[in-house]
Amino acid sequence: MRYAETGFNLEIDLSRGSIDRVETDPKDTELYLGGLGTNAKIMWDRVPPEVEPFSPDNLLIFGAGLLCGTPATGCNRTIVTTISPQTELMAFSMMGGFWAPELKYAGYDKVILRGKSPDLVYLWIHNDKVELRDASHLKGKGAVETAELITKELNEPNAEVAAIGLAGESRVFFASIEQGRSSASRGGVGAVMGDKGLKAIVVRGTKDINVARPEEYNELCNEVMEYIQFRNENPIPGVMPILAGIGSPQEMKVHDEKWHTENFMWGNSRVRKRDFWNEEIAKDWKETMESMQRRLISCYNCPMTCGATIQPPGKPTYMMKCFSKLTYTMAAFSDLEFGLGIAQSATEYGVDAFSAPQVMAFALELLENGILTDKDFPGMPEDSEGRFEWLLDTIVRREGIGDILADGTYWAAKKIGKGADEYAHNNIKKTEQLPLKLSMLNPIYFLMYATGEKMNITQIEGQFPQAPFATREEREEFVKDWFQVPDEKFKQIFLDWEFRGENSMPHYPTVQMCCDIVDWQEKMHYIDDALGMCAGLSSFPLKPPYHIHNYPKFISAGAGIDMDEEKLTQAAKRYRTLVRANNTRRGMRRKDEKPPENHWKKRFPELEEELLSTYYDFKGWNEDGIPTKESLHELGLDYVAEEFIKRGILKDDEDAPAQ
Amino acid sequence: MGVKKTKIIKSIKVDADKCMGCRACEVACSAFHATPKYSSNNPARSRIRVIRHPLEDIYVPVYAGEYTPSECMGRNTYKIEGKEYDECAFCRASCPSRDLFKEPDSGLPLKCDMCESVPELDEPLCVKWCMVDALIYEEREVEVDEDEEDVKMEEMEAGIESLVDKYGLQKVADILARKSQKS
Repeated sequence: MRYAETGFNLEIDLSRGSIDRVETDPKDTELYLGGLGTNAKIMWDRVPPEVEPFSPDNLLIFGAGLLCGTPATGCNRTIVTTISPQTELMAFSMMGGFWAPELKYAGYDKVILRGKSPDLVYLWIHNDKVELRDASHLKGKGAVETAELITKELNEPNAEVAAIGLAGESRVFFASIEQGRSSASRGGVGAVMGDKGLKAIVVRGTKDINVARPEEYNELCNEVMEYIQFRNENPIPGVMPILAGIGSPQEMKVHDEKWHTENFMWGNSRVRKRDFWNEEIAKDWKETMESMQRRLISCYNCPMTCGATIQPPGKPTYMMKCFSKLTYTMAAFSDLEFGLGIAQSATEYGVDAFSAPQVMAFALELLENGILTDKDFPGMPEDSEGRFEWLLDTIVRREGIGDILADGTYWAAKKIGKGADEYAHNNIKKTEQLPLKLSMLNPIYFLMYATGEKMNITQIEGQFPQAPFATREEREEFVKDWFQVPDEKFKQIFLDWEFRGENSMPHYPTVQMCCDIVDWQEKMHYIDDALGMCAGLSSFPLKPPYHIHNYPKFISAGAGIDMDEEKLTQAAKRYRTLVRANNTRRGMRRKDEKPPENHWKKRFPELEEELLSTYYDFKGWNEDGIPTKESLHELGLDYVAEEFIKRGILKDDEDAPAQ
Repeated sequence: MGVKKTKIIKSIKVDADKCMGCRACEVACSAFHATPKYSSNNPARSRIRVIRHPLEDIYVPVYAGEYTPSECMGRNTYKIEGKEYDECAFCRASCPSRDLFKEPDSGLPLKCDMCESVPELDEPLCVKWCMVDALIYEEREVEVDEDEEDVKMEEMEAGIESLVDKYGLQKVADILARKSQKS
């Protein structure tokens, strides 16, 4: 018997219309857990680097996390993996909502799609009955609208729908897949779904998911729930409200946006409005939010209510996710009413709420600076709000300039030429980042940004505080109940961390300490992505309910895999390395691991090089960021080393880790 | 005559305004009622279901009640504060018109048992897992006259009369005779 997982994947060939239920190897679960881990293994085995994002041979994998469908609070993530049209690397965008548990209850851990359907179709999974159905009547429909129409036509109000909107159908490079109150937004996974001619995957499941040691697992779940209650009642003192609690940043509940609006950049990530926030705006925005918000809502089996249903005047209700609250508002130099309104259209079209506003602001900057002209924007209104609405429509339809912009700022700048790349200034690995420009280099963030492969916003943050606390007393207070640390040394690093003097940034935490901190933070993100856990209850906030000490117990009692901290650390390292191996094979190198030039005003080139080299070495990668033969061997990934040598990526005798 | 005794009435107060549709109640219920306890999870087996239409702002947790072999002749809709509810949204029946409150394998009806078990729980598990307090457990003691608890003879007579009308006195008498022999 398989525990926590079902032991079966669905293999769908959209070109041939074939559907197979395939049993998986339990050994792979032990080595790579599930979700992202096993997704990465499948990509390595089946998608060689010659495969283009829009090739029928590209796979699109919807992987439910290993513990999804069990009572572990907040464990509801689907990891969508494919080759991204935007980065041409392996994307592993994650979505919450209700879809992953439903897939498990239907009897499957993953849906693996290949080929291309000649006509637009949707996939209907109802336990053992799986079929491809005509979706021509859904062509051009919004993602939310599609979900409504399908559940009605199937008469299945409890079915869960993951769908693309017009942006996905038009293969917009930053198109999302929308589901419930969540979406897989980064890396253009929606574009690949559209390219495959797949409008939606609809799931309804009524089967059991078993756990290996029921009493023990139940006890673990109770402990987590009690700790969530404790954390909700005891926010962390001394940090801003958005960092004090757990869950996704509580953007639907928190009305005070002073910090975001004055520290994040407006427009095309350039303009900082230092004295923007005042009483009048605070009152105005609060009224806007309260008049449009119908209810705070949660994902499956989670009490955190990080999302909300929003009803803008004259528009249908939609479900909003945290920071999309501000991305459109700030990119357009507008107000909250505009932001909440355009986000409705953007959700129906299905676009990433970080990339889309920046792409539009980028276009307007090119117009202002004469690189594009009025002729490129025929019929565009004069006002900023109208322009954003117009641009969004042209992009998702790929009309005129929209066709170029739909490829994201990196590729659009290349096509436009005339120095446009100067304006595509906020990218890492060809992907639009947080519109954040800071003064002093933060060495921890530098490494998180540079070496991150998810290109996801939450994944650059972690369980170590973002900045030192002012007084030693506050720091001592903080470490008192900081049991989530993997090692006591992290407490000492934090205790000694100061704003000024010897123990301040950028030279403290030291390079070695930064490696330890980043490795810990990254490890937790990778474990979440394999188990299907929401980062908001684990890798993202300070002092979360899930951590390196209770995760092994969850896996042991839940999946029946004998696990301890060391074995889990090794497993996470294994599939983390496999993600890098996929990308290495596709050409990713040290030169690609660069935060935007202007991300910090005060840069330290030598220190940054040292950070990168030391971290690579720490991870078992060579000077160019390529996993070495030796480290691959330690992880049982000899098959990767063999292929690296065969392809000339590593040479048989040149694999010693960099010093 | 006139002897008083107390009875505990268990109830769950549902505050639909607080529900945010996470379905933790369904998860807890299905785990608790698994055999062995907590060994499996499947909301389709849950004795509480959240009738959920986020876009219409409809969230109604409903508990499994009695089994009924036939569905209603007509189904009404209710409009409350501008929201239109199907009558089924408030109905606890395990009924042929929907797939709620039936074992998915056998189709046998399910019914909420307030998690009565040995050892006893402080409150039903769905209530414990509802961290937004949409479900509140209440116990109240009521005093009842012992004889009030007794069967109302007229009502029983009316029932038997209808059986006699339908099947004839002889058949009813035969069944009563057979029943009394058994007991």
